Amino acid sequence: MKVHKSLYLFLIPGFFLYFTFFIVPTLGAFFYSITDWDGVNQQFNFVGLFNYTSLLTDDTVFITSINNNLKFLLFVVFFQTLLSLIFALILMKNTKTNIFYRALFFFPTILSSVSVAFIWSFIYAPDLGLLNPLLQSIGLGMLTQSWLGNPDIAIFSIAFVQVWFHTGQVMVIFIAGLQNVPKELYEAAIVDGANKWQRFTKITWPLIAPATTIVVGYTTIQSFKAFDLIFAMTGGGPAYSTEILATFIYNSAFSNYQFGYASAASVVLMVIVAGLTLVQFRLVNRNKVEY
Amino acid sequence: MTSRLVKFILVAVFGLIIIIPVTMVVLTTVKTSEDFYMNPIGIPNSFTMQNMIQLFIGNHIHLNLLNSLIVTISTVFLCLLVASFISYVIMRLKGWRSLLLFGLFILGMFLPAQVNMIPLYGVVNALGLNNSLFGLILISTTSFMSVVVFIVAGFMKTIPKSLIEASVVDGASEWQIYRKVVMPLSAPSIATAAIFVSVMVWNDLLYPLLFIVSPEKKTLPLALLDFQGEYFTNYPMIFSGVIIASIPMIIVYLFMQRYFMEGITAGSNKG
Repeated sequence: MKVHKSLYLFLIPGFFLYFTFFIVPTLGAFFYSITDWDGVNQQFNFVGLFNYTSLLTDDTVFITSINNNLKFLLFVVFFQTLLSLIFALILMKNTKTNIFYRALFFFPTILSSVSVAFIWSFIYAPDLGLLNPLLQSIGLGMLTQSWLGNPDIAIFSIAFVQVWFHTGQVMVIFIAGLQNVPKELYEAAIVDGANKWQRFTKITWPLIAPATTIVVGYTTIQSFKAFDLIFAMTGGGPAYSTEILATFIYNSAFSNYQFGYASAASVVLMVIVAGLTLVQFRLVNRNKVEY
Repeated sequence: MTSRLVKFILVAVFGLIIIIPVTMVVLTTVKTSEDFYMNPIGIPNSFTMQNMIQLFIGNHIHLNLLNSLIVTISTVFLCLLVASFISYVIMRLKGWRSLLLFGLFILGMFLPAQVNMIPLYGVVNALGLNNSLFGLILISTTSFMSVVVFIVAGFMKTIPKSLIEASVVDGASEWQIYRKVVMPLSAPSIATAAIFVSVMVWNDLLYPLLFIVSPEKKTLPLALLDFQGEYFTNYPMIFSGVIIASIPMIIVYLFMQRYFMEGITAGSNKG
């Protein structure tokens, strides 16, 4: 098919924006990561790999934030995937009630992170809140907590909110995957006398593997993007217990004016995300099942 | 029978964990602050619209609402225009050129914004776009362009080539093919992408936080964030803000639910 030269004109606005506001800054992160730029002055010095060595060997807050990111990620990926799969299995048929529940579960996704952060800050509040009085009233008073104030559990309290926030969203991905599984397979399996559990493990699970990989990948990337929620709920505290890489980068740059240093942390984040994305792509390709 | 009961309980519990907080937010907004501190979680003993009114008179929240509308509508419009151009080229080209463009333009989808926000801050300052809604619109357009290319280019690939070929034979220009053939056929994916992007732009905190300083230019999420410092535990005020920030999206959601859900499937699922 012939393509007219004028076709390339269509790329101009996109290229212009993408180059200016995405490609230049992304490459810029590498450049600034070897400087001591403070974000304010025009001059800066090249410091080689100094930022990287200090990050990885001296900076306990940075190591803590990677650690917290990992805790947050594992909690969210595990519970969000499990819950969304369970709800997708329960609600996959297009009945009126199911469509209502899907719409309800999806609802939190349309709220802003700031709104969600405020709602849950109130629920978790030790004196005014909702959760502690609720626990007391059902006789579980010994479980009452300062949910966001206790450094040992604050990150998990926020991870729970993330799960509440996005389970309905990934459930929709699973429902689409489940509805694509050919019905004849189940009918044949029932004829062959397979029970529910066997039908799940032998048909459903392998055939929705691509959806599962996508959900896990999407949830993983989302956990790295949880900046808004954490920023509005705790800002990384108490005692850095909810600091993740994204808030670490923000705080190093805009609270401590260490733009070069924060850029080095950005590059580390980029490497981690790129690595995880590649792993996900390989899994998606490997998990493609023909039927 | 027991399995049906277990299913019902699971769904009901999760449903309640959504319904209870939302109801609580609505009930809290009509409480006076005295009533709220006496009775933070119970049924209101008072009914006042003063909190809402105060947000408009004291906080000028209508300005933030207007800013959010301007930024969201402009970004969605620009983003769809620019990304549909790119998607059109990706569809028209063949082989490695098409793949390379696709790969390049969807890269932005995978990287968290925090990865390049620091140099971006430098770029925006250098261009004098700091503290301007126009700058914010350009940055948001770029940031959400990738996911729109992903959704729309994926959809355009399914348009029968014969339709395009017929137009080429008839001597249609690229612009005419884009405008008269490809865009009308891509309408469903454009609608899906529009909804998907408007939710993300409407709710975005990071870019306004980085680039908007003046109170009268702040978008709703950013203005809302300031409430923490201004109202502390005065939740009747804070939740009134939450309601105002959420209502426009809730209205759209009630009418166009299907597109919200298609967006997430299309935006994540093409493997």
